[in-house]
Amino acid sequence: MHWPIDLIVLTFVIFTAIAAISVKDLLGTAILFGAYSFLMCLLWAVMGAVDVAFTEASVGAGVSTVFFVAAVFRTSRRTKD
Amino acid sequence: MKLLGFIIVCLVGGFLLYGTGELPDWGDPQSPASLHLSNDYIEHAVDETQVPNLVTAVLADYRGFDTMFETAVVFCAGLACFLLLRDFRPRKDHYYRHVPTGVVLHLKDSSKHLAVGNEFEDMDKEWVPSDIVIKTVCRMLIPFIQIYALYVVAHGDFSPGGGFQGGVIFGSSLILLAISYNLKTLVKRVSEKFLSIFAALGVLIYVGIGAIAMLLGGNFLDYSKLAPLIPIDPGHIRAIGMLGVEIGVGITVMAVMVIIYINIVSEGRHEEGL
Amino acid sequence: MADFLALIVAKYNYWLYIILMMIGLYAMIAKNNLIKKLVGMNIFQTAIILFYVSIGYKTEGTIPIIQNAHGDHGSHGAVIQAADYINPLPHVLMLTAIVVSVATFGVAMALCVRIYQRYQTLEEDELRMRLSEK
Repeated sequence: MHWPIDLIVLTFVIFTAIAAISVKDLLGTAILFGAYSFLMCLLWAVMGAVDVAFTEASVGAGVSTVFFVAAVFRTSRRTKD
Repeated sequence: MKLLGFIIVCLVGGFLLYGTGELPDWGDPQSPASLHLSNDYIEHAVDETQVPNLVTAVLADYRGFDTMFETAVVFCAGLACFLLLRDFRPRKDHYYRHVPTGVVLHLKDSSKHLAVGNEFEDMDKEWVPSDIVIKTVCRMLIPFIQIYALYVVAHGDFSPGGGFQGGVIFGSSLILLAISYNLKTLVKRVSEKFLSIFAALGVLIYVGIGAIAMLLGGNFLDYSKLAPLIPIDPGHIRAIGMLGVEIGVGITVMAVMVIIYINIVSEGRHEEGL
Repeated sequence: MADFLALIVAKYNYWLYIILMMIGLYAMIAKNNLIKKLVGMNIFQTAIILFYVSIGYKTEGTIPIIQNAHGDHGSHGAVIQAADYINPLPHVLMLTAIVVSVATFGVAMALCVRIYQRYQTLEEDELRMRLSEK
């Protein structure tokens, strides 16, 4: 474990989390949420949890982003906050 | 509401930060979580199960009940999506495109259908011409993604991976087919009945392996009792049992992911979509 | 001063996890859009999963896959030291939690689509207004 990598990735994770909940377009939220999941997967890979990282890469960054985009396609991109 | 939420968040966060003082140091090998049960798993799992990937060994063998009901939860999620969104009313309007000229026909009478073939093709209401580059690349990529998914399931004993990941990758290859062509292509190739049967079949395989072990005189999910059925070195019988269980998990997860996607993207009609 | 520095090195990870968790909690409480609330729920969930996974981490350990397990019998007889491998138990618990989280996320999205079909909005205040009209 190299602590600089850990700290940098963790800072990015927090920034993408804040961006994902504050951007005013739901499609943007979907993409930022995918980026958040992928950074989280990197963090777990650095931490040695390879199975969890693999699961998060396929589930969080892959399929749940697709579900998100599908739901936004069927509802609306509009959001007030 | 925003201010109230912020105050609550600050209070809860403050309490939690205060609580971290009592936690063990980060990465401490002597922390309480790493002292009792997990050491036993690490030291004896390979001797007992012949599976080098400890996560798979604990997931599918020591904690087999847990994983079985997780699979049941995934199956129930697919069922819930189906019951919430599925809509069996037929669509009124149909749109067709004349392939050589590009003229769009709009049929308002739902009883009439045009024959779809070389001359006419089905199209969605919000139709976007799909690019030939995307179609070709995805068509070439999908078999490799599926082979990789099967590798992840089969090799879960020795390397990271297993039923959950492999199932999700296989399901996402089918979703890629729906995105690069259109939803009708996917529904024509992989029908709803097929997906529903597969979602239930995965859980059945998992429970069935446990029940066979019980019929042969062991406990539920005791894979070592399967030895008379499979002519293989009895030391590896637990690894084979785990592989069977992982295949069951993978089938359920694959089918449920595709069911959820199709139902969300077409609002339950299974006709138009991304 | 040296004590304080040691405290930071030992605990800064937990502090950042708590910040992440609170971002999710704030989104669940204060955001108006239902899908934004769901994103907050998922951030909260991943923060807790991150906390669990980090509990199993050992500074000197490697990934929990035993080396040379099927090698010749010479290496097979070698004693496996528990301190050399990261604790696999939290990984197992959290792996299933992630898959269940995507399943519940799908069901939540299906509910959102259903709500939109009926009320043509996903904003909480507009939903309350539509509900009180009837």
